[in-house]
Amino acid sequence: MLVTEQEQLKAELQELATRHGRRRDALLPMVQEVQRRHGHVSSYAMQVIADLLDIHPVEVHSVVSFYSFLSARPLGRFVIRVCRTISCDMAGKDRVARQLENDLKIKFGETTPDGQFTLEWANCLGMCDQGPAILVNEQVFTGVTPEQVHGILEQCRRRFSAHALAQTAEHAV
Amino acid sequence: MISSRRGNFTFNGIAPEAGLKAALQKGRAGVIGELSASGLKGRGGAGFPTGVKWNLAAAAKSDVKYVVCNADEGEPGTFKDRVILSDFAPLVFEGMTIGGWAIGAKKGVLYLRGEYIYLRPHLEKVLAERRKQNLLGTKILGKDGFDFDIGIRMGSGAYVCGEETALIESLEGHRGEPRNRPPFPVDTGFQNKPTIVNNVETLTWAACILSKGAAWFKKIGTDKSAGLKLYSVSGDCTRPGVYEFPLGITVAKLLGEVGGENAKAVQVGGASGRCVPASEFARTLAFEDVPTGGSIIVFGPQRDMLRVARNFMDFFVEESCGQCTPCREGNVKLLEGLELLEEGRCSMRYLRELCALGETMAVASKCGLGQSSPTAFLSIVQHFQDELMGRMHGR
Repeated sequence: MLVTEQEQLKAELQELATRHGRRRDALLPMVQEVQRRHGHVSSYAMQVIADLLDIHPVEVHSVVSFYSFLSARPLGRFVIRVCRTISCDMAGKDRVARQLENDLKIKFGETTPDGQFTLEWANCLGMCDQGPAILVNEQVFTGVTPEQVHGILEQCRRRFSAHALAQTAEHAV
Repeated sequence: MISSRRGNFTFNGIAPEAGLKAALQKGRAGVIGELSASGLKGRGGAGFPTGVKWNLAAAAKSDVKYVVCNADEGEPGTFKDRVILSDFAPLVFEGMTIGGWAIGAKKGVLYLRGEYIYLRPHLEKVLAERRKQNLLGTKILGKDGFDFDIGIRMGSGAYVCGEETALIESLEGHRGEPRNRPPFPVDTGFQNKPTIVNNVETLTWAACILSKGAAWFKKIGTDKSAGLKLYSVSGDCTRPGVYEFPLGITVAKLLGEVGGENAKAVQVGGASGRCVPASEFARTLAFEDVPTGGSIIVFGPQRDMLRVARNFMDFFVEESCGQCTPCREGNVKLLEGLELLEEGRCSMRYLRELCALGETMAVASKCGLGQSSPTAFLSIVQHFQDELMGRMHGR
């Protein structure tokens, strides 16, 4: 990581600590925000958060490693979580999962080489009456069929291009 | 996503803020008296009497107290709280506010599971509206000295955080590892202050009870299981979704309503609940018979019950917090046993040993997760042993 990137992250974390209060109970909201923005909570981020909250970095690591939505290694821009619990299982989640693997050319737990997609299993997403359900970042899809998988991935790709385009335009101004 | 609601919901007909206004009129003791008289028990699954919980927290001596709404709905097959939060959020917050008034708390927290993050913008909007209407904030509805506000905190994908002390640990910025109880949260809760932790549905019924009166609620249901309940129905039935029925309804009647008459078994209470075979469909869904947090999963005639048991054990191996040995090691052993059954290599003697292990886990585990994780295994082995044994796979 470049020094400037580190400084930027540090400033960001300081701002977060000010917003949430420099107390232990601010830890989860802070790491959740870092995860959302950066796709993971790096060792460097853990160290800075620990300093800000006056706790040992191992404490931060132990929290990050406990929760399945937090990750110390970088996840893709789009994290696809497939519900594997019983009702979605009975509704045919295996075929949806297989098609995701086929279209993304990765296995569960892996990230595409371009850093766009990560495939993960999730336990009950609470969509049991309309499975199979998948969660793509903060958006839920229900009644997913293997045939629909391609369209869902394309929708993510388009959203990313639109976002990248907007950023380029912003820089140009 | 389509709406999961099926049939009529009492929540629809409740006048806004009628419960909160009645609560302020009745006074703190009056609110707790009304709840106790209603017979309302916790709708998250554990079934602790709500009036008793609130009374203990109200009696606890402290300047600072908290109301926590447990919206960490993670039990497999349960999605009623998602429906309540989407469609009846004002009633949930009203219930929390009534709780704050009753126990003397100034702060409420709604702990929303990470999987439901898409509900957050809507919930924040409802909170903002309530602040504008002076239903939250200082001097609520002009009542001197009644200050209360609610914040939302997110979970991050950990089933065990639905256990109230694990939830509190999580709120405090720790791993979601359950605490020893006692002391209970009503005495030593969030930040070691008296705290009531109530399920979303429980708080919503509390608001209804204050609005419609304890007598209305008490006369529905059975003696020991008063009132109405939401059921999340999924699996092999023609009309899955969330239904409102009185407690005490038989499994058979419920199956008729949801179009699951030809089921061979029903899982009541999710992964931590028990499997009820067709021969026992006359049993009732009630705290004194088959208790449930509302998860009903229907298994049709073709379902492989070994695959069902396996799915539940995979779940618990993954979601055990790993803190205590019976749960951490026991669930792995039960899963390995199911793998032996899949391979057709499990002796009857070993299966019985595993059942004994399950019974040990139920008494020796530290929290509700480990105590209830063998239930599905034990009930499926009990009722479907013939289906499980002597598999020919891989031979």
